[in-house]
Amino acid sequence: MNPIRFATPPRHEAAEALRHDVRAFLHDRLAHVPPIRRADSWTGVDKDFTRAMGARGWLGMTWPRCYGGHERSAFERYVVMEETLAAGAPVGAHWIGDRQSGPTLLKFGTEAQRRAVLPRIAAGQAMFCIGMSEPDSGSDLAATRTSARRTAQGWRINGTKVWTTGAHQSDYMILFCRTSGTPADRHAGTSQLLIDLHATPGIAIRPIIDLAGQHHFNEVHFDDALAPLDALIGQEGDGWNQVMSELAFERSGPERFLSSMQLIVELIAVLGKGHGDLTRAAIGRLSAHLIILRRRSRGVAAMLDAGENPALHAAIVKDLGAVFEQSVPDIARGLIDAEPDLAARADYNAVLAKIVMNAPSWSLRGGTREILRGIIARGLGVRG
Amino acid sequence: MSDAAMVLGTADRLMADQCDDATVRSARRGAWPASLWNAIAQMGLPLALVPEGSGGFGLDPVDAFALARLAGRHALPLPLGETMAANQALALAGLPLAEGPAAFIPVESGLVLRDGRITGTADRVPWGATVGTLVVEYLLGGARHVARLDSGWRVAESGTNIAHMPRDRLSIDAAITATAPAQGHPLYLMGAGLRVLQIAGALDQVLDLSIAHVSDRKQFGRALATFQAIQHELARMAGEAAAAGAAAGLAAEALAEAAGDPMLSVAAARIRSAEAASVATGVAQQLHGAIGFTQEHRLHWYTSALWSWRDEYGGPHHWTQCLGAAALAVGRDGFWPFVVAA
Ligand SMILES: Cc1cc2nc3c(=O)[nH]c(=O)nc-3n(C[C@H](O)[C@H](O)[C@H](O)COP(=O)(O)OP(=O)(O)OC[C@H]3O[C@@H](n4cnc5c(N)ncnc54)[C@H](O)[C@@H]3O)c2cc1C
Repeated sequence: MNPIRFATPPRHEAAEALRHDVRAFLHDRLAHVPPIRRADSWTGVDKDFTRAMGARGWLGMTWPRCYGGHERSAFERYVVMEETLAAGAPVGAHWIGDRQSGPTLLKFGTEAQRRAVLPRIAAGQAMFCIGMSEPDSGSDLAATRTSARRTAQGWRINGTKVWTTGAHQSDYMILFCRTSGTPADRHAGTSQLLIDLHATPGIAIRPIIDLAGQHHFNEVHFDDALAPLDALIGQEGDGWNQVMSELAFERSGPERFLSSMQLIVELIAVLGKGHGDLTRAAIGRLSAHLIILRRRSRGVAAMLDAGENPALHAAIVKDLGAVFEQSVPDIARGLIDAEPDLAARADYNAVLAKIVMNAPSWSLRGGTREILRGIIARGLGVRG
Repeated sequence: MSDAAMVLGTADRLMADQCDDATVRSARRGAWPASLWNAIAQMGLPLALVPEGSGGFGLDPVDAFALARLAGRHALPLPLGETMAANQALALAGLPLAEGPAAFIPVESGLVLRDGRITGTADRVPWGATVGTLVVEYLLGGARHVARLDSGWRVAESGTNIAHMPRDRLSIDAAITATAPAQGHPLYLMGAGLRVLQIAGALDQVLDLSIAHVSDRKQFGRALATFQAIQHELARMAGEAAAAGAAAGLAAEALAEAAGDPMLSVAAARIRSAEAASVATGVAQQLHGAIGFTQEHRLHWYTSALWSWRDEYGGPHHWTQCLGAAALAVGRDGFWPFVVAA
């Protein structure tokens, strides 16, 4: 039988109780945030907001207490993630650390790294970025060139990372690089390093402005940058496997289908009460997709919680999530005539503009549609 | 292994063995597959949704619905889900269970009770010409009631869906002996939910057949599966099959819950699974090439069933109207809580 069964998401009473608190907090906290800023969601950075989340115990929720975590269930954490995203909260200052970098350190980091960094992520005081992509290594991550050579003074790093979201605001980067051999060796000889962006000499961060005129991602140049030897995460040479295990966390969360949520709710606001068949049909269909995507994403959360490896399932959620998110602007355009305009006074037109211009990135970041479909095909057993 | 896993495993094997080529083809020509029904009935499957105290065997309702998914997986040419739901309605109303295959007629058919007789016409009743028991839902003083009929109808017109499963028009004029207020969910919702489960099962099968086909079939000197375009289409189909699977889980859970209104969950499941059926059957037929467009190959047992089931008990128009109206009614701030509650 084909292997695409998803786990059944359990009903979790503690998580549902928590949902109430999170909603109340967000209601207060976001009362004056305009819809166009909510539409930024996980690219919106507000360090005060992130510290407030940390103060409530809503970051590092599943981690052990000794590392500043709260030992809560994956389902409670899921509730916090989906509620903050659905509300359009500015989660960018903690999203990567909480979702990806923290779990990587927890799994592979040294005891000293865990003690030094994890409590700060959980408190909302350390922001992370991911240094994987390079000018000549996008989908083909194993072609990475950035090198770190072991020297008496520490790791000597040379190379360039690109598209590094939030590097200019971050405290740390988890750097994927080559610690031995050449790019021709592919997966072998790659490692991950924990880079302190404030304390590492030889790093230059330059903005890349995206097509919507926003500054989220960056070029990060390493020019004989020097990091201490204990910056190594996990095993030297095991970087590829470590990164692959990280990606299941990156690919299945609610951020993979809620990116256009603010357009949906603004659309519903504009449609109001007077509507015909066509409108009901479109909104009914959007709702059904959202409900089913959410169920699958929670199914992956249940599988992660049970210690399974749902890499295939996560890829399915991300692929269909992106297709869904990207379909929303055209559906909205079919229902309401409005010119997209970032500066519009009308919330709907402004949010439409924001979503239209950000949508192309959703099937690129975190693994492109084509790469995901390749992973799914491999999971189905039709690709060597 | 749990009891439920054992029941499901046994049922899966039984259906796989007995829905063989000869049986399915003769059923599609209109014969009633009596020995297949007997095997299913001997396992007690028609009672799977009946509570233990009323003659059932204590299967969790969610697992019982999984039987309907298996029926879909094997394109079972029998009214198994229908009989399960009919028996559940009877049991919950405190009426005697059906002896053999049964059909249920939802209140939407508009049958009326007058002078102790149920009368009216019911369209497209699954295996209407074969079933021995009808469970009729009707309104009495504004409340749903169910009646159990063993006779008092005739086949006004026989027909099938495009998968050659009987869908008959019955003309009913029956004196009722056994009737009681309905206790379960509305039968139309049960019908809609069963189709969601069957769609998910059939899509599991269609995906398996497609994987097998592109792995075997060679063109340009290599298996079709080695072409990236083919792999990506299979991945797309897998995503749709997974969506239908999630829809099946949602519908089963909502209908298994005795309290609460399952309507919006069923609506969402119905809309999404119907769309999955459309996309995935398109891909499957394409990947199979011309051989998939024949009666020789069994792909069409499943795709034609999917093309039928996606429109039975309300098509996308009906269900999107229903879910869309509810979503629009809660408005901007209510929308996310609405999504979470489904
Ligand atoms: C908004 C945004 C934020 C990002 N943030 C980060 C970040 O923080 N850190 C980081 O490291 N990276 C980040 N990325 C980079 C992202 O991971 C890459 O864009 C992605 O991996 C694709 O690489 P590429 O852009 O070089 O495209 P390419 O790999 O050049 O791909 C171009 C096109 O070719 C297709 N393609 C490539 N290979 C194949 C193949 N084998 N078969 C079929 N099709 C193929 C791709 O699917 C794509 O459609 C971000 C990207 C975006 C858009």
